[in-house]
Amino acid sequence: MAHDDDRDKKISYWEVFYDDIFLLFFLGVAITYILFVVWGLMELGTAQPSPLLKPNI
Amino acid sequence: MSSWNYRTCPTTGFKVHNKAETLIQFNAVTSIVFLLVGGIVGLTLALTRWQAVHLLNDEWFYRFLSLHGIAMLVAWIVFFEMAVLYFASAVILNSRLAAPWVGWLQYLLMLVGGALVAVMILTGNADVMFTSYVPLKAHHLYYLGIILFAVGAILGCVVFFATLVVAKHEKTYTGSLPLVTFGAAAAAIIAIITLSAGAIVFIPTWLWAAGIIPVMDSEVYRLLFWGFGHSSQQINVAAMVSIWYLLATLTVGAVPLNEKVCRTAFVLYILFICIASEHHLLVDPGFSAAHKTWNTGYFMHLAVLASMIHAFSVPAATEVALRKQGHTRGAFEWLKKAPWGNPGFSSLVLSVVGFGFLGGITGVIYGTEQINIIAHNNLRIPGHFHATVVAGTTMAFMGITWYMLPLMFRRQVVAPKLASLQPWLFGGGMMMFSTAMMFAGGFGVSRRSWDMNGVDGPFQVNFGPIVDLSLAVMGISGVVAALGGAIFCLLAVATLLFGKKVNA
Repeated sequence: MAHDDDRDKKISYWEVFYDDIFLLFFLGVAITYILFVVWGLMELGTAQPSPLLKPNI
Repeated sequence: MSSWNYRTCPTTGFKVHNKAETLIQFNAVTSIVFLLVGGIVGLTLALTRWQAVHLLNDEWFYRFLSLHGIAMLVAWIVFFEMAVLYFASAVILNSRLAAPWVGWLQYLLMLVGGALVAVMILTGNADVMFTSYVPLKAHHLYYLGIILFAVGAILGCVVFFATLVVAKHEKTYTGSLPLVTFGAAAAAIIAIITLSAGAIVFIPTWLWAAGIIPVMDSEVYRLLFWGFGHSSQQINVAAMVSIWYLLATLTVGAVPLNEKVCRTAFVLYILFICIASEHHLLVDPGFSAAHKTWNTGYFMHLAVLASMIHAFSVPAATEVALRKQGHTRGAFEWLKKAPWGNPGFSSLVLSVVGFGFLGGITGVIYGTEQINIIAHNNLRIPGHFHATVVAGTTMAFMGITWYMLPLMFRRQVVAPKLASLQPWLFGGGMMMFSTAMMFAGGFGVSRRSWDMNGVDGPFQVNFGPIVDLSLAVMGISGVVAALGGAIFCLLAVATLLFGKKVNA
């Protein structure tokens, strides 16, 4: 019976994951910054100047 | 624990830490002051875009448009969210508030920052509109005001997370966080993602405006600005949905049918909602199609899925709760017998409909790459976000205020019959306003424009009478919504000053 109680109380991995607010915080920051900010900055950093741009203008 | 001052709320049984309560009161009252300011200027804007009235001149139209955005989209909502964060942590978890002095620093920084921005706009030192796209340059104090506000809000989030740690450490709750607190945590995480992007972009822009940095890249600005500007609205979404669950519980005793599914939806918000900012950059030449498609498709739709989950979960929980009360005849007796006269309940329903149907569906459509190019610079977009942020978020915040007044301020709401009318005026008016705006936008009426016909321009654009009719409906429904907003502010202030005291 005690064994069954222990098994009933077993917390799923999903619940452990959801209860870890700071892990969720880290993942939220990482996904947004990697996919949107860092990727975007890399693209801007490697963008070529327009061929229409004339240096004397 | 015993050295802290608490009272026990006779209605909810929550143990309320007095310092948390004071901070909640200050943030909530300040938010309503900004709502009043933003609402007054918003009314003048609606009366200007209503072509038959055309109230303001061009200079004050653009100035008030900037102020309206800052006061409503940022100050009213973020101040209220600070109150929600302190409530969802300290009060719901029966805990003391961690480091109340940091909470006061949050309040002061946000107040000074918000006031500084408002003064800069009104004195003509920041005629750069809400987006303040570089190379448009405002007075450097304008950017400083935004930075102070953002830093203050970050501190509020830090206090929230610290209070979660304190509550867990002092065992004021066991097991998982309550769903409302979990939703507020999602809002706080999104807030930190958002506000950090704001700080990253506005600090160099401030230095550029002050003449310390010689040049500011406009594309880098746009990327980071929208990491702040659009994601800040996702804080509202998470906070609003948390309030939906709270209102459903407070008004009809609803409990979520499946809390795991609701939590999953909040996690999807945390992970994927902020990348939706990309849709502001769809025509920017500096970003590849891969960057645009990835961030406006794929993962972003997982966040959309989350909203759909909440949009079904909240009404389902409400239906089950009302059926448990015995309203089981036929398919819709529960709906017929729902407490429609309770402003908390009607606000909840109007908020779900306004946000979910008008705002959410149009948002997904307009956020699509091909349609966004057609829709982005006309009135369809303001129509969409007035449905999400005003008919959705503001409506929900107003609804919870009817409960905050007796629970946190310990005052009975004065004129309850007027209070029960208020959501219908405000929510109904705002839904009609948004619809009319989107309709006019469908004919190509430009947004952020005092002179939509281009009378003073090199060529003129003539719209048909249907556009004039749409804009007239927009103006009239704007007046109705403003009346609802005015009743809300009036009753909130009258309750604070003259409301009968509720015994603690």
